[in-house]
This record gives sequence, structure tokens and C-alpha cells, in this order.
Amino acid sequence: MLKIITAVISRDLKLAMRRQADIVSALFFFIIVVSLFPLGIGPEPDLLRKLAPGVLWVAALLATMLSLPRLFADDHRDGTLEQLAIAPHPLGLVVTGKVIAHWLVSGLPLALIAPVLGVQFDLSAEALVAITLSILIGTPALSGIGAIGAALTLGLRGGGVLISLLVLPLYIPVLIFGAGAVDATVTGLGGEGHLSLLAALTFASIGFAPWAAAAALKIALE
Amino acid sequence: MTDRLNLYRFASPATFYPLAGAMIPYFVAVSVVFGIAGLWLGMLVAPTDFQQGEGYRIIFIHVPASWMSMFIYLIMAFWAAIGLAFNTRLSGMMAQALAPTGALMAFLSLWTGALWGKPMWGTWWVWDARLTSELILLFLYIGYMALTAAIDDARRADKAGGLLLLVGVVNIPIIYFSVQWWNTLHQGSSVNLAKSSMATTMLWGMLLMAMCFWMYSIAMALMRVRTIMLERERHTDWVKAELAHIVAGDEK
Repeated sequence: MLKIITAVISRDLKLAMRRQADIVSALFFFIIVVSLFPLGIGPEPDLLRKLAPGVLWVAALLATMLSLPRLFADDHRDGTLEQLAIAPHPLGLVVTGKVIAHWLVSGLPLALIAPVLGVQFDLSAEALVAITLSILIGTPALSGIGAIGAALTLGLRGGGVLISLLVLPLYIPVLIFGAGAVDATVTGLGGEGHLSLLAALTFASIGFAPWAAAAALKIALE
Repeated sequence: MTDRLNLYRFASPATFYPLAGAMIPYFVAVSVVFGIAGLWLGMLVAPTDFQQGEGYRIIFIHVPASWMSMFIYLIMAFWAAIGLAFNTRLSGMMAQALAPTGALMAFLSLWTGALWGKPMWGTWWVWDARLTSELILLFLYIGYMALTAAIDDARRADKAGGLLLLVGVVNIPIIYFSVQWWNTLHQGSSVNLAKSSMATTMLWGMLLMAMCFWMYSIAMALMRVRTIMLERERHTDWVKAELAHIVAGDEK
């Protein structure tokens, strides 16, 4: 079981490494969106400090969503996906591997760059730790839930816009607990509760969402 | 045994189409009767609220619409589950026929809520847990309708939409509780069968209106499902016969 997952992960990572521009452009999208907010709302440090968790998290949602359509589209185009679907091992495991690879390529860089952007928003040291942790723990859930949307819209016209309609409402709990963790840390309540709930969402999505996505892929491939 | 067979017979569009057509007038009539009774009780008989004045009367539309918006989503998910489990054609059509009515109810609920909120809370909109969850429910309806509309193949649209509905149903409690922890201002539910904080006439008015909305939704869904059936089964003999019949009726 683990063998299939690791095989899919290493394959997807290898493919991603050959097209590094995709990874970098999603990351810069995140950086640019975050940088636009101070320009739009003014440079007062107090205001920015308050807005930072929400801004970073919304930008993270959008950046993750941007890379979702490619999750299955390339494999679908060259027929690999059909081969994977008729292979003897369950498609859910393959999708689990793809979701993990997607997170390594799109979610992990966001968490690594988040403290730098947090400094731009004048966040304190403990808030920086909290935002990094929350993005690190929360983004796998985004990749998992997003895989369902990507599978449902596979091969449809206007898939990119459609995916945001389907997936963004389902992202709301992650956004609430992710940004809430930072707020709770800043106000002194402690963000552990929020981070635990975020971890629960992540484990639930990594565990269940790939199977729903696999069912959606089978519908799309019929 | 014959009873079972009779029920399953109506899983086919060709037999359900005339049945739905025969049922629609009854549901419309019952809806109108309940609506008149409910509005009469709510607008004329029910006493003025000592805190909220006459403005509270919007709940006779607001509360039934909110109930229906949530209930219709569950019904759609039920049809989706049946459709995915037993591969029936009619289930997906029912889910698609219900979606616009559900979205309408969610929108009505938000709209009347805003009209109620302005005099009571002094604002059209607050980011309160219940309002926000209702808004998210509207988003879920719109997402479902957008997905089914984007897929040309009707069977794939049914299945993909059904899967989305099931994913949505699993997520609704999570979304609801996360939003609730996030913020709460909305007044608690006033309806409690054992010990209601409302006058009896108000409660009856609201229940009558709820029945009216219920019957309206069924009638609308049946009307819409009939159109969907005609559209999807247009290559079959029974639809051609039906259409020939309708055209002949128009010419008379």
C-alpha cells in the first residue's frame, strides 16, 4: 500500500521538478496577492497586524486553488490516468499519493515563505510561528478537498472557474481555524485548540477525500 | 408483491411523467390553501410582538424559507445517494429539479433576514454564524447548479453532481460548527414543541406557512422534473407521442 503511494509521490515530484516554473509561479502569485493588501488598505502597522492572518490564509487558499486544475489534467490528456484507473491497485491510493505530492509542491512552499511575508505585516515572533504552523498543518486539507473539485471538473469547459465555485465553500472551516489559530495566539488564548482542529481536518481530508476524488475520476472517465 | 411492483414502476420516466402531471394541481391547490390560511393567521390574527412590533411578521416567510433551504439540500443528497447506489435515472433528475427551488429558498431566507435585521439589529447584514452558514448553503447550491450545467452528458452530470452533494452534506455540519465557534449573534430558535416562547397563533401561522412552502417546493420540483424528462428522453417514443399530443391540443 505504502509502495503505491510513494511510487506515485516520487513520479509526481519528478514531473513537477521538470516544470519548476509552475511551482514558482503559484508561489509568486501568493506573494503578490499578499503584497497587494497593504497597498490597498494603507500601511498602518496596527491595521496590518490585525489583518495579516486572514490575508495570508485567503491568499493561500487562492494559490492552492490555482494549481488544482493541473492535478489530474496532464495525466488525463496523455492517457496515464486511464491506465492508473484500470491498474489492479485501488485508485484511491493513487489519488492519495497525488494529493501528498501536490501538497509538497504547492502547500509546503507557502508555509516556508509565510514567515517572511508575516514580517512585512509586522507580526510578532510568536505570531510568525503560529501562522507558519497553521499553514503547514492546514494546507494538506486544502490539497485533499481540492482533489475532489479537480476530479469533478476534469475535462470540462471553464473548469478553472468552476473549481473555485465548488471548492472555496468547502475550504471555509480550514480558513476559520487557520486564521483563528494566529488570532488566538496573538490575544494570548493559545492557538493549540485551533491547530488541533486544523490537524483533525487535515487527517480527515487526507484519509477520505482521495476516495471521493477517485469516485469522481471514475465518473469522469466513464 | 404487487404493491412493490407498482412503486418501482414509477422509477421510469415514462410512467412517472403522467403521475407527476396528475399530482401537480393537487400540490398547487394545497399550497395555496395553506398559504392563504397561514398569511391570514400570521398577518391578521397573530398578536403584535411586544418587543419587535409589527416587523416580526416577516418570520412567517423567513423561517419557512430557511427550513426549506436546509431540508431541500438534504432531500437532494438523499436522491443523489439513491442515484449513485442503484444507478437510477430519475434520482438525478429529481436532484437537479430541486436545486433551483432550494437556491431560491436560501436566497429568500437571506433577503427576508436582511429586511428583518434592518429594524431589529439596525443593520442589513452581520457576520453572524447562522447568516454566514445560510450564505454558504447558497454557495453550495450555486456550485451544484454550475457543475451540472457545465457537463453536457446528462448521466455524468447526475453522477458528478450527486457526488458533490454527498461531499457537501458531510461538510455541512463541519462548516456549521466552525462558523458557530467563529461568531454568534443570531437569536436562538424560538420554536420548541414542548415549551415554545411564541404565542400559539404565531406558531400555527408559521407551521401553516411551512406547509405552504413545502407543497410549493414539491409542485415546482415536479414541474421542473417533467421538463427535464422531456428534454432528456426526447429520442424515445413516449416523448414523441406526448409532444404530438400537446401540439395537437394547441391546434384545437
